[in-house]
Amino acid sequence: MPIETETSLSDILARCHALTHTDQIPPDEAAAESAIGYFPVYFPEEIVHAAGLRPHALLGGGNRIEVRYADARIGSFVCSICRSTTELGLNGSLKGLGGFFAQPICDAAKHMAGIWGRNFPEQNPQLLALPQNVNSPAAARYVYDEYQRLRAVLAEKIGRNISDEAIRASVRVYNENRRLQRALYAIKRDDPARLSTVETYLLVRAGTRMRREQHNALLRDALRLLAERRVRPLDKPRVVFVGGFCEQPPLEMIETIEDVCFIVDDDLLIGQRWLTEDVPEEGDPVWALAESYVERSASSPVQYDARKPKEDVLLRMLSAARAEAAIIAAAKFCEPGLDDQLALSHHLDAEKVPYLVLEFEEKMTSFEQMAMQVETFAESLLFD
Amino acid sequence: MASTASPAPTAARSLDARTAGQRLVNQWLANIHTARERGQPVAYIFVMGNAIEILRAFGFELVFPEINSLQTGVRKAAPDFLAKAEDFGFSPDVCSYVKADVGLMLSDLQHPSGTRMPKPDLAIASSMCNVYIKWAEIWERHFGTPAFVLDIPGKRFAAWQPIPGTPQYEADKRWVQGQLADLVARCEQITGTKFDPDRLAEVEASVNEMIRLWVEILQLNQRRPAPYNSMLDGLTYIGVLNAWRGTPEGVEYMRLLRDEVAGKVARGEGRVANERFRLIFSGTPCYVNLRRMVELFETYGGVFAASDYLTYAAGGLDSSGLFYDPSRPLESLAEVTTRASQLGLSNHFFSHHTLAQQVKDYAADGIVYHGIKSCRTVATSMADNREYVTKRYGLPTLYIESDLIDPRYWSDAQIKNRVDAFFEVLEQRRLVEGGA
Ligand code: SF4
Ligand code: SF4
Repeated sequence: MPIETETSLSDILARCHALTHTDQIPPDEAAAESAIGYFPVYFPEEIVHAAGLRPHALLGGGNRIEVRYADARIGSFVCSICRSTTELGLNGSLKGLGGFFAQPICDAAKHMAGIWGRNFPEQNPQLLALPQNVNSPAAARYVYDEYQRLRAVLAEKIGRNISDEAIRASVRVYNENRRLQRALYAIKRDDPARLSTVETYLLVRAGTRMRREQHNALLRDALRLLAERRVRPLDKPRVVFVGGFCEQPPLEMIETIEDVCFIVDDDLLIGQRWLTEDVPEEGDPVWALAESYVERSASSPVQYDARKPKEDVLLRMLSAARAEAAIIAAAKFCEPGLDDQLALSHHLDAEKVPYLVLEFEEKMTSFEQMAMQVETFAESLLFD
Repeated sequence: MASTASPAPTAARSLDARTAGQRLVNQWLANIHTARERGQPVAYIFVMGNAIEILRAFGFELVFPEINSLQTGVRKAAPDFLAKAEDFGFSPDVCSYVKADVGLMLSDLQHPSGTRMPKPDLAIASSMCNVYIKWAEIWERHFGTPAFVLDIPGKRFAAWQPIPGTPQYEADKRWVQGQLADLVARCEQITGTKFDPDRLAEVEASVNEMIRLWVEILQLNQRRPAPYNSMLDGLTYIGVLNAWRGTPEGVEYMRLLRDEVAGKVARGEGRVANERFRLIFSGTPCYVNLRRMVELFETYGGVFAASDYLTYAAGGLDSSGLFYDPSRPLESLAEVTTRASQLGLSNHFFSHHTLAQQVKDYAADGIVYHGIKSCRTVATSMADNREYVTKRYGLPTLYIESDLIDPRYWSDAQIKNRVDAFFEVLEQRRLVEGGA
């Protein structure tokens, strides 16, 4: 029943869309207290989930908040996600959060732990020191130790131990979630007219605002409905989009690109699918998570990994997704993103792969100029 | 590697510290210049978290790209280098040290000091500044030299204490030690020589002595009047300290310097003729306007008695009790590296209490924050830090902003206005306190 399918899918997406704008912790105090906020990119949510708490990915303020307090607290040369997250703290939206973690992904993000420590000490803010060196034989053990530290911090919060069995159960839930996300991405890649990137993004992002079991159910429904969706064939160039690993590009920006291109792979919300395969469900579950982080994980400008030069990763992405071009975006003032944007564009020049460079800010509200750039780019791909 | 070792300068004993320091810097640059022809391996390293001790034990010549970049500023050559990097495509928002270094690479490594910088055989990027890692990736692309990323876990929060013997401390130390073992293996492979723990112990003994003297020198500036200005003389001191760390020449220089500074204290000689205000400087200097910056404060009798820069840009070892135990050199290196990171180097993010403590230790009248547009490591949350320190400790503070080496960001009139206003506040306070 295509019409009903479409209606049901629209309902799901509308729900996801509404959640995208709910950066506030639910007004009820208990819900806030059980939410553990974490700043991008990746976080071992399973450990939080196993504690009966809710991981709450901090994804910035988007383009709908007015920054009133943060400008006086943070340098004018710092990216929007740091600024708007600070604003959400200072304007009270994140009041009552049960915990706050940032990670050493970049120098600005490390300061988020300091800002939080000075302003919201009751949230027990700190850094989860994920390593920048994942190439040492000692790396997995270190990640394991740091995860055990996290486990102890959370255990203290809930006043009881978090058992291996509980973590294993969470790993199973998240493994299913990873499989469902991979299935979404496979549709987007193989049949992009069936599932757009904005839709994929909304579906994935919804997982950051609900319990994972619920999200699994949501994704299962969406996948079932997507299979039934009636699709009109469309002819648009196939591109990959990179640069959305941390600060979130506005939805309108993705829509602008999708008006004229199929985005057949991307790094949006990459932290949500950072572990690229199932995490082993046997043995020590914390070790399984740590070892997966080191051995079977994605790539981003904020993780050094000698096994994965960024240029190779992009070329592999292009070829696996059968894309003919790349859109290489970077958030304004994001040094790691800007550095990689340059390196990747030089490399694609050498490889003679067409690309478009875009700079964005989560708070952007005007897209006319970008639309013109993207249209011209898409036309050049169609007619060259 | 005796045949390829860096030539040492002649004894410095009869010189004053300034001349001795200048000589050492010149000698170091000359050694870098000739490293290739002498067949000496070359390592690129950063000032924060670099495992110099291991590199010295293997006989590497050390190039500090940060010092190269700051020197383009000091020598007024930065605009050309920055322009080259920006023409190449680097965003104006990227760290200006990185851009100056890219400019150098695009200038066939011909540095304005006259030194032709050699290519690296090894490049170590610690996680103390994440830009280091991105910078090392640029070298990977340009030189084909694989980066060695040394991940040193810093403080997780302001009150974090690395306490030897605790499981947490042991975990962090084990991680650092594991990576140092990897580094030793990498050095053996590059140099073709076997690791000599005795040589490492010797280097560590020299570092211990240098740090002991350095701590004394820092403490001597607690005296009134302060014998030197942290943000002028102090910068020269740490340049030599970095370049000659772990060498007998370095020890000799530090001793000479300590004696000289102690002499000034004994004679009651201050850096500023009429010292009226003692200040703490937080942040990095503006190397293109170094003298001007200091002059703006010294005109009012203001001296920078201390600066967190002299801790983190000098390796962070001045926190008390950070000495190597040369009887177990590699393990001790891991311990001190971890603790220096947690006590000294990762303070940028949580420096509010440390700064307030420095104000006490140095009997200072206030804190001057210098925000650097392109250095997010140091400057991201300075304004928040300032707000906290002002409210919590009631300290007078000033915030000014420019760049390390990019003269486009120095606005003289604006900075001067702010400095003038700050001293008005300090004068007022003095009046009130005097009258109270
Ligand atoms: S957007 Fe870039 S600079 Fe900002 S927090 Fe993320 S990685 Fe860091
Ligand atoms: S960002 Fe700051 S600390 Fe890092 S390399 Fe640049 S100037 Fe140095």
